[in-house]
Amino acid sequence: MATYFFADTAALTGRTLRHVTRSLDTVLTTAILPIVMMLMFVYVFGGAIDTGQGRYVDYLLPGILLITIGSGVSYTAFRLFMDLKSGIFERFQSMPIARSGVLWAHVLTSLVANLISLVVVVGVAVLMGFRSGAGVLSWLGILGMLVLFILALTWIAVIVGLSASSVDGVGVFSYPLIFLPFVSSAFVPTQTMPGPLRWFAENQPVTSIVNTIRSLFAEQPAGGDSWTALVWSAGIVVIAYGGAMVAYRRKIA
Amino acid sequence: MHSTQQRTTDPAIRIQGLEKSYGELAVLRGVDLEVERGSVFALLGSNGAGKTTVVRILATLLKADGGTAVVNGFDVATQPSNVRESFSLTGQFAAVDEILSGRENLVLVAKLRHLPDPGAIADGLLERFSLTGAGARKVSAYSGGMRRRLDIAMSLIGDPPVIFLDEPTTGLDPEARVEVWETVRGLAGRGTTVLLTTQYLEEAEQLADRIAILHQGRIIVNGTLAELKQLLPPAEVEYVEKQPSLEDVFFAVVGDANHDRQSRS
Repeated sequence: MATYFFADTAALTGRTLRHVTRSLDTVLTTAILPIVMMLMFVYVFGGAIDTGQGRYVDYLLPGILLITIGSGVSYTAFRLFMDLKSGIFERFQSMPIARSGVLWAHVLTSLVANLISLVVVVGVAVLMGFRSGAGVLSWLGILGMLVLFILALTWIAVIVGLSASSVDGVGVFSYPLIFLPFVSSAFVPTQTMPGPLRWFAENQPVTSIVNTIRSLFAEQPAGGDSWTALVWSAGIVVIAYGGAMVAYRRKIA
Repeated sequence: MHSTQQRTTDPAIRIQGLEKSYGELAVLRGVDLEVERGSVFALLGSNGAGKTTVVRILATLLKADGGTAVVNGFDVATQPSNVRESFSLTGQFAAVDEILSGRENLVLVAKLRHLPDPGAIADGLLERFSLTGAGARKVSAYSGGMRRRLDIAMSLIGDPPVIFLDEPTTGLDPEARVEVWETVRGLAGRGTTVLLTTQYLEEAEQLADRIAILHQGRIIVNGTLAELKQLLPPAEVEYVEKQPSLEDVFFAVVGDANHDRQSRS
């Protein structure tokens, strides 16, 4: 059975990718929320925010990218939930295939769909004046960081998709993922926040990831932040993957 | 109908002492059942009788609490991969991908069964199930009957020796129901073993070689239609008192008065 893992996963990924390409509106919807936030913060609030660094859009983009991912993975949970609800998930599980391929197909599709949304958001940022002097290596580092973050949130989305009892439940889970960046260094420097809040902001995963990507965009050394960011992201991937496997076994018992 | 073309004379499905509970609720309380190769077997029962639970256990989607179930000679608990090679499941709700076209659904299943030339297999089945014209359309635009036909067509890919049809006609209009019946008869003609669950007595009567009635977690009757009919008490002639209808009352009051007048004149 394992010999067919890649072939089966490829066939199933082809299916879920079609779901994305045939409802491109989901990709756009994913991108609209972060784009609107970016417009608001750059043109409405941005003038009043002093980051002590160059253009505000340059400062803001890393956090906006993470919000894009947070909003994007909710569709992954939704698509998985609909598969369970429609019975097609059971059809696949009852076939002589590599059964976990069904989950991997959704994870790979999430990766592709989120990367498309990210490209759209970066494109808008460039129109708004975002510029980066990052070289190839830095861009690869940014890509790697974002991919890891997509995987981390996607496996959380898989848990939600497998265990939700209603569509509403599926939608709600992404709210904290979207709003966590607000209490981080994504919009304003954490130094401006009062004590306990500042402590939380500086020690939650989003801040280290945002700081890492920001440094890479600016071609500056990211230092300890990059290690913290890697440990956070990889740790979430491992734990969420474990949780997803538990939820999956419970489902196919 | 019987197992001339089969390699073995073992039953296609053998269930012994199957038990399953959901918490306190005992759904299956010792189910015993054998389905002969190449036959159509109907599992009859009301809603909640446990028919779907039996099918889900046979389809390796659910683990039994007790007892054994063997499909095509393979134990569902210890050899689930071999079991999955042996059957196809058509569930209670047409499990087709709505966003893909009918043809894409068939191609996907053919790919997952690792068959050569999935496209040709898909075209062949579209033709056989009169879906060629709709093949390129999204399944979300299909009628209930077309969806069900596509669903069954997907189950036939790879020619599994056993097919489970869980309430294949629930929610279909009479015309679509007859279409599905024709399909099942066709399968039986090709020597496929069909285990069908239904709550419609007529369906079992139309299609099945043998019928079992599942009631409160046990098989209470199992036999051919003729055998089942013998279980009924012999036909009796009964005297039934006929109550007057409102119409009778009306004519008794109005009509008779008329009648009286006419007879007088």
